[in-house]
Amino acid sequence: MYHGSPLLLSLLGPLTVKRIEGQPSHLLCSLVFVIADIISALLIRATGHTLQMAYRQSLNSLDIVDLLKSSDLLSSGDIAALVYLWNPFTIAACVGLSTSPVENLVVILALHGACKGLVPLAAFGWVMSTHLSLYPAILIIPVILLLGYGPDTPPRKLFLQKGYGKNGDNHSSDNCGQQETNQSKSEVTFSWRPVVHFLFWSSLWSAYVLVLCSISVKPHGSLWEMFQRTYGFILTMEDMSPNIGVLWYFFAEVFDFFRSFFMIVFHLNILFMILPLAIRLKHRPCFLAFIYIAISSMLKSYPSVGDSALYLGLLGLFLDELADMKFSFFLLCGYIGVSLLSPVMHNLWIWRGTGNANFYYATGMAYACLQIILVVESVSAVLNHDRKLRKLSVTKLRDGNS
Amino acid sequence: MELPPRWAFLLFLLLSSTKASGSAVDKEEFQEELLLKPLPDRKVLAHFHFETRAPPCNSNGRRHHHLFPKAISQMVEKFRVKEMELSFTQGRWNYERWGGFDTMSSNNAKPPGVELWAVFDVPKEQVDASWKNLTHTLSGLFCASINFLESSTMYSAPEWSFRQASGSLRYGMLPREAVCTENLTPWLKLLPCRDNAGLSALMDRPSIYTSFYHSQRLHLTSNASDLEGLNPGIVLEQTLTVVLHPSSQRTSLTHISESYLQPSWSLSSIFGRKVNGRCALAKSSKVYLQLERGLVSELEKNIGSEGYDVEANFELSVNPDRVLKEENSRHGIGSSLLYEFSVDKYSNSKPFDLGLTWKFPVIWSCQQAPLHAIRFLMGSGNERGAIAILLKSTDLNDSSPGADSASDGCELHVNIFQIVPWYIRVYYHSLQLFVDDQLKAVGAFVEKIHVMPSKDKISPGMMEMVLKLPCGVKSAALTLDFDKGFLHIDEYPPDANQGFDIPSAAISFPNFHASMHFPSNDSERESPMLSKFQESSPVLSYTEVLLVPLTTPDFSMPYNVITITCTVFALYFGSLLNVLRQRVGEKERLLKSKAAAVKTGRPSELLSRLLAKLRGRSQEPSQSPSESSPLINSKLVLKVLLMAALAVAWQYYFG
Repeated sequence: MYHGSPLLLSLLGPLTVKRIEGQPSHLLCSLVFVIADIISALLIRATGHTLQMAYRQSLNSLDIVDLLKSSDLLSSGDIAALVYLWNPFTIAACVGLSTSPVENLVVILALHGACKGLVPLAAFGWVMSTHLSLYPAILIIPVILLLGYGPDTPPRKLFLQKGYGKNGDNHSSDNCGQQETNQSKSEVTFSWRPVVHFLFWSSLWSAYVLVLCSISVKPHGSLWEMFQRTYGFILTMEDMSPNIGVLWYFFAEVFDFFRSFFMIVFHLNILFMILPLAIRLKHRPCFLAFIYIAISSMLKSYPSVGDSALYLGLLGLFLDELADMKFSFFLLCGYIGVSLLSPVMHNLWIWRGTGNANFYYATGMAYACLQIILVVESVSAVLNHDRKLRKLSVTKLRDGNS
Repeated sequence: MELPPRWAFLLFLLLSSTKASGSAVDKEEFQEELLLKPLPDRKVLAHFHFETRAPPCNSNGRRHHHLFPKAISQMVEKFRVKEMELSFTQGRWNYERWGGFDTMSSNNAKPPGVELWAVFDVPKEQVDASWKNLTHTLSGLFCASINFLESSTMYSAPEWSFRQASGSLRYGMLPREAVCTENLTPWLKLLPCRDNAGLSALMDRPSIYTSFYHSQRLHLTSNASDLEGLNPGIVLEQTLTVVLHPSSQRTSLTHISESYLQPSWSLSSIFGRKVNGRCALAKSSKVYLQLERGLVSELEKNIGSEGYDVEANFELSVNPDRVLKEENSRHGIGSSLLYEFSVDKYSNSKPFDLGLTWKFPVIWSCQQAPLHAIRFLMGSGNERGAIAILLKSTDLNDSSPGADSASDGCELHVNIFQIVPWYIRVYYHSLQLFVDDQLKAVGAFVEKIHVMPSKDKISPGMMEMVLKLPCGVKSAALTLDFDKGFLHIDEYPPDANQGFDIPSAAISFPNFHASMHFPSNDSERESPMLSKFQESSPVLSYTEVLLVPLTTPDFSMPYNVITITCTVFALYFGSLLNVLRQRVGEKERLLKSKAAAVKTGRPSELLSRLLAKLRGRSQEPSQSPSESSPLINSKLVLKVLLMAALAVAWQYYFG
């Protein structure tokens, strides 16, 4: 029945039983989820501020201030936090007493820690999120990039060009320009120290988690059995209960001899995209993390609305970059439509018996398509945004040189 | 000169073999019996009981059987079965009408479908392997799908509630197994006379399979020779219990209260056959007519207080050889009567046809178990539900006959044992207990509980529980919530929308024992059926089989689902790679052309974007492939011509 982490169980299990007098028994447990959601919103806000600061700074250093002016003055962190908190998906996941608020919290902890350069916190978040739901393991790449390069910036080439342009001015520029070049140069270099720290800390945390797990599962079985029951359960997709994704239906219908093949294909689909995305978006590790989260929540074996809540909240962080994203209105309508239709179809199929499994599968399919469009369009919007910046800075340079 | 020693040797061999076989014949024995019993709701119970005994292994370990079926003895030897019971049942034993407090109901009333349990005499780690082999052997022997019990999702190992057997007991049920004559024929083959002679000749297939309830059972006990057990060797006990409805078109219409009169019947009217003498190989062949306690006391009331000449109420077509009265000091209700008929003296020319004709109307009721168990489902929809077991008092626990220890502590112990398949995910923590319609704390009434939660596709869930209820309890109800699982399409049975069967729960009352003692005045060996009746066994009853509808996927969709899902994910993969791959130059050209279009104001942005897209697409191909298009066309025309020529040639030469 329970295929999650034993640590979470030992934390939440007693809370579901314990009750304040006169209140329903799930109150304490749901309180934990509410607190987790609020903390993650606060962390998103703080991360958003850091990101926006970094963005403005880098734009300043590139002298493209006019773009900044044109964009909204709203703080993206505030918006992201509000989007996360007021998202119906978040509220649904919290009300449904899903464990995804806690999983989201640790993912956000990892990102926040990496953004702020708090290595132990980032390591803790990464280890815990991997422990809780396995898929955030791929976040190690963006976290390392974040620690190495710092928060999201325009492509490094621009700074180099800029630097060359400044240097080509024969030191005619003032002190301020000199400082900027120094700064940009220091940003470009990959600093290994925090990364080594991160690896050290994460090994420390994982050892700690493993020890705790082995202590808590000792009366019932071995650690290997725990891995089989948690990660094995995630990877082999044994449970075919309907969820918001499409893979449950796929694996309920697929022929038995193809089962392992498709299982490998779908999991490799997540892994395949890691490297190309990392190469193309290495200057924007936070955005890379967002894309990874979106992809894994689309292709994971047991997706839930809590996962969507997380990446939709993070989407708010990249307000400036994604300002001219295509199909945003269509996506919004699609999300609303699917989230209204999906419960209806589920009800028709499961409870009333008048519908068919295909009805519900169709909404899941539509939802998967929406996520695909969101991922593809947001990646292309960010790449376009970088191109725009590049063009602007090139024209700036030309203007400066001429 | 050479011949005489050879002959002598052969003679010696022959002699020794006959000697050995003679000694075996002494020990191997077969007995057949038939018990007939009128039931309160105008039905008749017929209970065939065949017992075959085989001595323990000879010293050389080889067996030479005369009567005992070789297949069974080989199976016992190979899998080291200590005790085993297999039953095929169709219909449900009506505990309220046909009795729930006698040896008949607690030993021979079985859950619908196939029930198999076995105790093995092997080390614990080999028990599962033995069980698997045994199920395969049995399914071959009885032409039934008992081999489905092989998979670990179908059987479990109860520890104490079903039967005391330290870990070597395995129990499995197939509630949906259809029982038919193809199961009966191999079962009859195990009898020495099959159904050619003796009592088994009565088994007319149409009348058996149109009955209200029939259950064929095979019970096997094997004691190793070194044990000090009473009956060493293998004892094979085969019973067939049938509840028949005698057709009462031929009743005497002289009485006014004809409608209340119990139907009269005879063996030939209920089975359509008569007994043409005994099976020649049987040691004894007897027919009994049992009048149960309630009936006897009613009959005594009918007559008045003059003796117990209950025979005045009815007429038997054959005079009984013996009348046995139950030795019953404890129960106040009365004691049942048993009329014994020996079939030995009947033959083909003078067949045995026992008939019972009622003279006066009589209404009685059977003795019931202290609590009547009903199991049902609660909830609607296909996502979750609840199983409820309701135990209702049957109004007899005030006097509580047969209660051994209930009177002093006044506690009613109830054992509940149920197996639930894994796709019914029972939440055992949600156990709620209602005693007399009030929610009570579970801990106050549950004396002992043992739960094995189900593992998906590995093992079923099992619950063993001892409830300790006060004597005056009117009703007790247990509820357990569950979620319904979802299966792979291959795991659904052919008629998936019918639903899935949850096997019956077994409910027993350990401090109520059903037994009947009849005086055994003659020194000869008692009949095995009567000695079976004398064994005190706890009162056991089975609940109904539950039919749980599960959600079904669309069975016609696998190809569609595979293709659609794979297409969408391929789309994702391709488009994302495409976005990542695009060079700066390409994109900028695209952007430029767009920028040319997007100059108009905001309201018409969408339209202009659309236009831009159209233009961008129409412009691009017009630039480069403009020269190549006629070339492609000519190639295409060439290809089409070639294909047409080929087709014409094909048509010309082979068509």
